[in-house]
Amino acid sequence: MHANRLVSLERWKKWIWSFVRLTLIAGLSFVILYPVLQKISTAFKDKSDLYSPIVVWLPEHYTLDNFIKAIGIMDYWQALLNTFTLSALTTLLTAMSCALAGYGFARLKFKGSQLLFACVILTILVPPITILIPVYLNLKDFSLMGLIPLLTGGKSVNLLNTYWPFILTSATANSLKAGLYIFIFRQFFRGIPKEVEEAAYIDGAGVGKTFFRIMLPNAIPSIVTVLLFSFVWQWNDSFFTTTYLTSSKVMATQLGSLPYNLQIMLEDGANSKADPFYLSMVQDTGILLAILPLMIIYLFVQRYFVESIERTGIVG
Amino acid sequence: MKSLLRLDRRSYNQQKALMGFFYVLPWLLGFIFFFLVPLLSSLRYSLSSVQANSDGLIIHFSGLKNYIEALTVNTEFNRTLADAILNMVINVPLIVIFSLFLAVLLNQKFIGRSLARSIFFLPVILASGVILSLESTSLIQAVNEQNAGAGAIRGLGTFELEGLMLDAGLSEWVVNYLTSAVSRIYSIVSQSGVQILIFLAGIQTISPQLYEASKMEGATGYEAFWKITFPMVSPLILVNTIYTIIDSFSNNTMTDLIRETGFTQFNFGLSSAMAWLYFAAVALILAVSSYLISRKVFYYD
Repeated sequence: MHANRLVSLERWKKWIWSFVRLTLIAGLSFVILYPVLQKISTAFKDKSDLYSPIVVWLPEHYTLDNFIKAIGIMDYWQALLNTFTLSALTTLLTAMSCALAGYGFARLKFKGSQLLFACVILTILVPPITILIPVYLNLKDFSLMGLIPLLTGGKSVNLLNTYWPFILTSATANSLKAGLYIFIFRQFFRGIPKEVEEAAYIDGAGVGKTFFRIMLPNAIPSIVTVLLFSFVWQWNDSFFTTTYLTSSKVMATQLGSLPYNLQIMLEDGANSKADPFYLSMVQDTGILLAILPLMIIYLFVQRYFVESIERTGIVG
Repeated sequence: MKSLLRLDRRSYNQQKALMGFFYVLPWLLGFIFFFLVPLLSSLRYSLSSVQANSDGLIIHFSGLKNYIEALTVNTEFNRTLADAILNMVINVPLIVIFSLFLAVLLNQKFIGRSLARSIFFLPVILASGVILSLESTSLIQAVNEQNAGAGAIRGLGTFELEGLMLDAGLSEWVVNYLTSAVSRIYSIVSQSGVQILIFLAGIQTISPQLYEASKMEGATGYEAFWKITFPMVSPLILVNTIYTIIDSFSNNTMTDLIRETGFTQFNFGLSSAMAWLYFAAVALILAVSSYLISRKVFYYD
């Protein structure tokens, strides 16, 4: 009996598959984590370790010099605060406006709502670069169809280098990837049984009350998904940030100009010949600093995120 | 007008329809101001010669001049567009297949599953925008790989694999495709985070009874995958393909070129024409690929 089980083909197959699976997952996890681990290791290295052949992962001389340099050049704390404010603001507004639109499209059908939903899909399909120039020019001389000049006496406002472009687009559900969020919300609301809603109507709740009291609390998985996606993508976004916010200190612009600023700073110092490897080292530290807050947030919410996304109903 | 103001006189469905309009209204305003109007003016710019001066824009209609310039005069446009499309054609199938495979893997029960999942979704957070572009120029990364001999090992591994597959009688083209995929594994993994999520969510909606029944009938895991999992998630293959295509087109060398033409050379007309040609290419690819895939898709109901 015992021997029989040992040689059983099924059992062997199972073991081999487990082994293959383990190898694959461990290997791919390593591929994903490798650049991050490497950045952490590099960040603590001293300049001399860079050329030392015996140093691979653990530095010989630990130093916080790279961090101090990168923080100084990037004006890190200011950039962190600005980026956080901007991301949090747009994330909240986006989630609200997209939830409203998603619910409207899913449950409150009106004449032409099918057509409008097709327009939502269109906003997903058109590459953002196609409309970038007109939007940019529009924000540069923002007149809201000629309304603002009436109030200020013939002058339009320049909204560039303020947070207004982000606030306006996210409050109207047209910010970065907003079409996708509307789609996620719509799919999710369609998945909630109609009876839940009807019960609320029968009990005398209006559409607004039903939405806020009944539907939104049920939609927490999709809200979490949208909040996290929107926050992260706004944080990392360089496309809109570098266009609308050229001189403000947010992470994307600071990181984008880090190589250049680094060069200037090191050229001016005693080190007249800036070593490209050393530049790269400080630059890597800068990247690490930029993604560190996201990784810390992810550490706390990942369990909830991974669970919630499975119930999100992106799948429909 | 009177009846519009008196909500209570309206029927339940009419009320809901009216509320629906209000719920969609913020989006609709944004759509008109930040999408439709810009889209139309972009079309207009692309057909005009645009000059910016202190009073604003001077726009002269010039027909298809900008389009012709982009396609025939501009030295970079054709090449960059072809590159972008080629990259997409190579990467999209790999990413979709890879993420389906991983989703199946991550759906199985094993020790450390939740840890593995959170690692595989990490790229959703890390790989985007400015970080990715700086990453590709990182010298340290390159140097360390040399030092650690990772480059050599990787090269060797791919090489052996190549010989093995050629011996097995696969065509050279297929082998090259696969081995290049192995060496680009990081970029593929980092671009498939969202797709893995979508597939994983899809797989979990498949009812377990189907698997139980097939197991009773004696189907192997391999058969269960091709007969149950694959047909059931095939609509999501379409979704994921479209998502991957759009994602690969949202930020690449082509968008850089369009941007540079617009904001560095201030040639708004040419830049808009390029953007429209680019959009046309994207739309064409999306249409063709969704047509091809949707013919094969299995719908449950």
